[in-house]
Amino acid sequence: MADLENTLDDSIIICKDVHKWFDDFHVLKGITTAFKKGEKVVICGPSGSGKSTFIRTINRLEIHQRGRIIVDGIELSDDLRNIDRIRQEVGMVFQQFNLFPHLSVLQNVTLSPIWVKKLSKSEAESEALALLERVGIEEQAHKFPAQISGGQQQRVAIARALAMQPKIMLFDEPTSALDPEMINEVLDVMRELAASGMTMLVVTHEMGFAREVADRVIFMDEGAIVEEAAPGVFFDNPQNERTQLFISQTLQH
Amino acid sequence: MEEQAPSPVMKPPTKSKGILRWTKENLFNTWYNALFTLLAVVFLYVVFKGLLTWAFTEANWGVIPANLQIFLVGAYPKDEIWRVWIVIYTLGLLLGLSAGIWGGLALRLALVIGGVGGGVGIILAFFPAALSNRFGLLGGVALLAGSLFLGRGRKELRLWVLGGWLLSFPWTMIWLHGFAGLPTVFTSNWGGLLLTLILAAVGIVVSFPLGVLLALGRRSNLPAIKWFSTAYIETVRGVPLVTILFMAQIMVPIFLPDFRLDKILRAMLGITLFSAAYMAENVRGGLQAIPKGQHEAAHALGLNYPLTMLLIVLPQALRSVIPAIVGQFISLFKDTSLVTVIGLLDLLGIAKTVIANPDWLGLQAEVYLFAAAIYFVFSYSMSYISQRIEDALGVG
Repeated sequence: MADLENTLDDSIIICKDVHKWFDDFHVLKGITTAFKKGEKVVICGPSGSGKSTFIRTINRLEIHQRGRIIVDGIELSDDLRNIDRIRQEVGMVFQQFNLFPHLSVLQNVTLSPIWVKKLSKSEAESEALALLERVGIEEQAHKFPAQISGGQQQRVAIARALAMQPKIMLFDEPTSALDPEMINEVLDVMRELAASGMTMLVVTHEMGFAREVADRVIFMDEGAIVEEAAPGVFFDNPQNERTQLFISQTLQH
Repeated sequence: MEEQAPSPVMKPPTKSKGILRWTKENLFNTWYNALFTLLAVVFLYVVFKGLLTWAFTEANWGVIPANLQIFLVGAYPKDEIWRVWIVIYTLGLLLGLSAGIWGGLALRLALVIGGVGGGVGIILAFFPAALSNRFGLLGGVALLAGSLFLGRGRKELRLWVLGGWLLSFPWTMIWLHGFAGLPTVFTSNWGGLLLTLILAAVGIVVSFPLGVLLALGRRSNLPAIKWFSTAYIETVRGVPLVTILFMAQIMVPIFLPDFRLDKILRAMLGITLFSAAYMAENVRGGLQAIPKGQHEAAHALGLNYPLTMLLIVLPQALRSVIPAIVGQFISLFKDTSLVTVIGLLDLLGIAKTVIANPDWLGLQAEVYLFAAAIYFVFSYSMSYISQRIEDALGVG
């Protein structure tokens, strides 16, 4: 175990035999994998396969009960200082956006830089406006989340996560709650982010996005990784029959 | 420009109707509604005829101005009443400055208090005999308005004003009690509206943060804190306020004979600790309504527990329970009248002593109506302010 860090030293996230239970229900059954710096990985699988739970263990929104997770050299443990450090390096985008409804778009983005990174208000605001411009909604900066569309809200959520200058971005089904005509505006932002070299872990059902952007696709079922491969291999020549079934079902519509 | 015929923009149909039309549509639209309307008119006539006849012909309102000072400050010595005015002016100054600097809630408070104070001040000005300083209240309102004007946009004064508010309680206490050569006025002489307001203000200001902490404690993951908060809340909610006041008054001196605490302080303590338990349950209702995703998003951004609560959860939770919280403030204000059972003469206690005065025998109705009117003015002001806050925040 001690040489785990050394053998995979170009990895920014290392997961070794990660287990998790919800009461008696075994959600994650020994996940072992690693993610390289700058790698874009799409995680897919049927609902209930544990894919969301898995990426939520990486910034400890879910606590794993066995195994090890090391993020950028910091091991996730009960040590609160480690958790705080990791959360500053890992940004997360949620299915339901989870913007703060009582704060304006700009305040949503500047909140954490001001209070956690102790930036001055003017510094945080100029950085936030630059990020909002990057995701294409700088003109909405002074509106409240309820006043903008779902696609715009999700782009604000991405800008909010980027404002902490994370090394890793986690996306938990970022387009699943969106109306169809808004999915692309969010995927475009994610494509741009991927091109900029960000390490990205994306749980999604958007197989077109996976094929186009991912370096690797992980297929999970019943709490375990069933198959992982480059998208070309994964989609055109899947090895496992559960993967084959899943791909044939998702590509039908 | 003229070619672009805009699609016609129509105004919504006007809703205002003539008073006759409104009456017909709402009061006489069916035969049974017409009947109920007539019955209601007869009922109101019977009730109010008696009341108004009594109020304008039989009632002896002289009891109010003659005892006004007692109603307002109890047995506080006449020669020392200027110290009460100093306290009122200090608070007026602070409130005016706060309203000017922050606007919002402080401004609303200042407007309501200034409005009510101005109205009462004008009435007082017509009763030269009632108070030694019949223009005092109008002076206070003028000071409030002046400091509001001076404070506008003066952000640099913020820390001074906050410090002023923090010091306002000890400041009030030492002026009322006396210091450095000023004759001491023992708290047993404090009474009337003055005592009611002190008890209510301290109760509201202290029980609110205490209630928030207890609510957070009850939802804590730490078993000791959760257990303590729950036990505290449930114990206090299971006991009547009168019992708590008696315990503070009688039991504490028995169990802790060396521990001399002022009677009024003990009453404050009882009221505050009692109200905090109810406040906690109101706040907890708001906390439970905040979706889990809000906590998760805050944690994912690196905010720790205190920052998550302070910046994300509490602002949303509190604004959704403003009506319940203000309701608790109002009942605390009215519950202060229970301190008569431990021998404190608050507004209601003073009313009873006035009635017992042989000079004013048989004037219960006048005196109680006057006391009720004062309670109503304060309670309704709180309710009104809370409605304005809700409008401003776009809730409710």
